[in-house]
Amino acid sequence: MTGKSHITIKGVKEGLVFHLDDRCDFVTLLDELHAKLDKHEQMLSGPIVHVFVKLGSRRLEEEDKEKIRSVIRRQGNFVVQSIESDQLPDAAPPPKKPDMYTMAGLIRSGQTVEHDGHLLLLGDVNPGGTIRCSGDIYVLGALRGTAHAGCDGNEQAIIAASLMTPTQLRIADVISRPPDEWATADPWMEYAYLQEGRMEIDKLTLLHRHRKEISFFRSCDRMEEGDAARARSNFRSKGV
Amino acid sequence: MGEAIVVTSGKGGVGKTTTSANLGTALALMGQKVCMVDTDIGLRNLDVVMGLENRIVYDLIDVAEGRCRVGQALVKDKRFDELYMLPAAQTKDKNDISPEQVRQIVEGLKPDFDYILIDCPAGIEQGFRNAVAGADRAIVVTTPENAAVRDADRVIGLLEKSGIEPPKLVINRIRPNLLKSGDMLEIDDICQVLAIDLLGIVPDDEQVIKAANAGEPTVMNPSSRAALAYRNIARRILGETVPLLQLEEKSGVFRRMKKFLGMG
Repeated sequence: MTGKSHITIKGVKEGLVFHLDDRCDFVTLLDELHAKLDKHEQMLSGPIVHVFVKLGSRRLEEEDKEKIRSVIRRQGNFVVQSIESDQLPDAAPPPKKPDMYTMAGLIRSGQTVEHDGHLLLLGDVNPGGTIRCSGDIYVLGALRGTAHAGCDGNEQAIIAASLMTPTQLRIADVISRPPDEWATADPWMEYAYLQEGRMEIDKLTLLHRHRKEISFFRSCDRMEEGDAARARSNFRSKGV
Repeated sequence: MGEAIVVTSGKGGVGKTTTSANLGTALALMGQKVCMVDTDIGLRNLDVVMGLENRIVYDLIDVAEGRCRVGQALVKDKRFDELYMLPAAQTKDKNDISPEQVRQIVEGLKPDFDYILIDCPAGIEQGFRNAVAGADRAIVVTTPENAAVRDADRVIGLLEKSGIEPPKLVINRIRPNLLKSGDMLEIDDICQVLAIDLLGIVPDDEQVIKAANAGEPTVMNPSSRAALAYRNIARRILGETVPLLQLEEKSGVFRRMKKFLGMG
């Protein structure tokens, strides 16, 4: 055989581990597997041996895995226990960063704004207008229409507005209808959140009690937990 | 080259046709050449309010389908030489004409007139799209009621999308006594929600109903408060700066007298 071998066979307590090189052609690999098993035909006859196949970082379709199985199975006493690829750390999709989208404008009756993430609206939402997003909603203006935060089911989402006189508020699956359920006449900036499945309204200045850190700020500043804690303690020590 | 202004509202019954008729007449009164176009096909009213019903020969659909020229379909007003009306058809419906056809007809009228007022039907469907197609500017009429303000808001959104100039607002049928007792939406609140420029306010006036039934636009009646309001709006359209109408005329006069006598 020419060149470096692409297949290494190691004996372990449970049986044999076949390490298949992940950088060569799959056909080459199969040929080599054939050759290797043919060469050791005599030696490998005897009691049942469990075989574990490691593919490295190579990903194979079920069809190709079956090819490997059939090659190994030709040795009557070999039983393929598993065919595995390595778990690559970068193979998983990167966790989605919640991004804040800022838009200016007036959402009029019949208009809908949808966004995947957090939304900062500089303007009003009029009655009949709808604003919907998977994250938090911040309205720097009057919220007179409908707002739906955490529409993918995120119960941690909040809705904050400079003037909170909505037609309807929704967070995740919870629907609240002011002023039947609550009404505020105070000119405070307020926010709505879910507490044990119920919609609650509070002054925006109390938001820090409800949530130590707004996810948005954390994600944008890429502040580490430690940094955030330090920043908080700095604030406290300055008496802010 | 004239300017085409569409008068619209979304909701029905807030006074689009009355506003169109009175603004048209007021502008004619100020020496402008005006053509009013009724696009409410199937439910035409402008001719009735103007008292020109019996003079109609051809209509908008006839023009669109080439049965006559625009000039033949225009109905001249009985009071003013420079005021014309292009009536809507009563037998067809809104889908029998396309926005492009209306746009072409309005474009054809522009060289001959200073102002073309397009009376829009209620709703936001085909009729609305027809009326808006040819317009350069828009006037949104609303009344101090929640339902009317909601619809106005919807229409403003559609107008903004259609790419014409930001519309102007006319608040119609204001009742000063209800406003005073706090039982009616405040003008400031309406303006805040709709967030467009206020072109004028028109008090509710029985004279308007009487005049419309008689086929005489209210503007012709100098004693009517609504007439004064419509004239003010017409002057603002012409570019003049006119202060908003004082709704409380009586107390205003009284206060002025008190002031004059040194009691205020």
